[in-house]
Amino acid sequence: MPEFRMPSLGADMEAGILVEWLKKPGERVSRGDVIAVVETQKGAIEIEVFQPGTIERQMVQPGQKVAVGAPMALIRGEGEAAGAAPAPAAPAAPIPAPPAALGPAAGRVSPAARRRATELGLDLAGLLGSGPGGAVGLADVEAAAARRTQPAAAMREVIGAAMARSKREIPHYYLGHTVDLEPALLWLEAENLKRPVAERMLYGVLLLKAVALALHEYPEFNGVWSGGRFQPSEQINPGVAVSLRQGGLIAPSINGADRLTLPQLMAALRDLVRRARVGGLRSSELSDSTITVTSLGEQGSESVYPVIYPPQVAIVGFGAVATRPWVVDGAIAPRRVIVSSLAADHRVSDGHRGARFLAAITARLREPDRL
Amino acid sequence: MTDEELRKAVLTALASVAPELDEAALAPGKSFRDQLDIDSMDFLNYVIALHEALRIEIPEADQRHLTTINDAVAYLRRRLSQPTGS
Repeated sequence: MPEFRMPSLGADMEAGILVEWLKKPGERVSRGDVIAVVETQKGAIEIEVFQPGTIERQMVQPGQKVAVGAPMALIRGEGEAAGAAPAPAAPAAPIPAPPAALGPAAGRVSPAARRRATELGLDLAGLLGSGPGGAVGLADVEAAAARRTQPAAAMREVIGAAMARSKREIPHYYLGHTVDLEPALLWLEAENLKRPVAERMLYGVLLLKAVALALHEYPEFNGVWSGGRFQPSEQINPGVAVSLRQGGLIAPSINGADRLTLPQLMAALRDLVRRARVGGLRSSELSDSTITVTSLGEQGSESVYPVIYPPQVAIVGFGAVATRPWVVDGAIAPRRVIVSSLAADHRVSDGHRGARFLAAITARLREPDRL
Repeated sequence: MTDEELRKAVLTALASVAPELDEAALAPGKSFRDQLDIDSMDFLNYVIALHEALRIEIPEADQRHLTTINDAVAYLRRRLSQPTGS
C-alpha cells in the first residue's frame, strides 16, 4: 500500500511539523488534493497528495515533527483490500515533538545545553546540534531559542544554508544584457486600457513568459543538478522570487508557465504572490522549480547579480525599468530599458550559450503580441 | 457611503494584501506603498479588492489617487457620487 511521505520542499529542508490533517481516514483523495498543512521554516505549507485512493491510516498527529521522507499516512489504491498495510520500517518513523516536553535531541546534549534549554523552556526534540554526530552544545540551544522568538531568523537560516551551498558547490558565471523594453511596454499599456481592473497585467508577466519560451531553445538552463549530473526538465516551472514584508524571500513556482496565455500567467502570478505573503502555498509549488526568475527593479536597482538556488542550474534577474538615451534607426531616442542578467552553472553550460539565451529572451520581448 | 465607511473599505482592502498592517501606525496622509513595503503586485491586488468590495471600475490612470488613505477616501467618494456609478 503506498505511503504518503513528508515531501522535501527545498534542498535544505530536514523536517516539518504537522499542523493539521485536512482529510480523514476513509476519505477518498485525488491527485493534487491538499491533504495536510505542515509548518516549515518557510512558513505553513499545504501538502498535496500525488497518488489517488482512500486514506487508510494516518501515522502522525498534529504537533509532531516529521523528517523529510518519513511516512505520514497510508493510502489504499483503487481495488486494494483494506487493512493490508505493512508496518512502517522503524528508521522512517516520525520524530515525535510534543510541544510541552523536553524530548530527546537528534544527537547527544551537553549538560550545560540541557540546563539552559530547561531554563528557556526549549524543546530539544529533533534539534540537530553542530557538534560531532549532531551533538547539541550551549550555542546550539541559544541559536534555537533565538529562532523560536524570531520566525524571520529561521527563514534567514534556510536562505543562508541554500546560498552558502550554492556558492560552495556551483561554479557560477554571470552575464548582463540591456533590453529595449519600449515595444513591450507600449503594447502592454494599450492592452491594459482595454481590460477591467481585475484583468490588468504587470510587465513582470511579459518577462516571465519570455524567459519560459526562450527555455524551449535553451533547455540546458531548465532542470536540476542531481546525482552528479544535469537532469533537464521537460516541464518549464519557473520559480518566482517573492520578497516577504517581515523579511526573507520565497520562490514558489508556476508550473508549465510556457503553456499559459499571458492573462492566465498573470492570474497565476497574482495568486501566487498573494499566497506567498498571506499564506497558502502548496508543496508542489516549492518542490518543482526548474529555474528561478527574480526582479528587483521596484527598489530602483538597475541590475541584479543573482545566486542560483540549488539544485537548479540557472537564475534570471531583471533590474529597474529606466528611461535612457538609446540608438534607434541611427538616431538617439529616449527608450525605457531594463537590464536582464543570468547566473548559470558552468558544470552545465558556458557563457556563449548563456549569452544566446539572454538574447533569445530579448527577441521574445520585441514581439509582445506573440508571447 | 460615509467617509468612515470608505476608510474602513480602504483598510480592509489593504489588509487583504498586508494582514500584518497596524492601523494606528499608518499615517493617513502618507503613501502606504512605502509605509507597508507594498509592491506593484500587492497594489494591484489592493485595487482589485476595492473594485470588488465597492463594485466600481477603477481606470488605470486613476490608481495614483489610491496611494494614501486620505486620497483614496476622497477619490472613492467622488467616484461613487458620479451618476453612472461606474
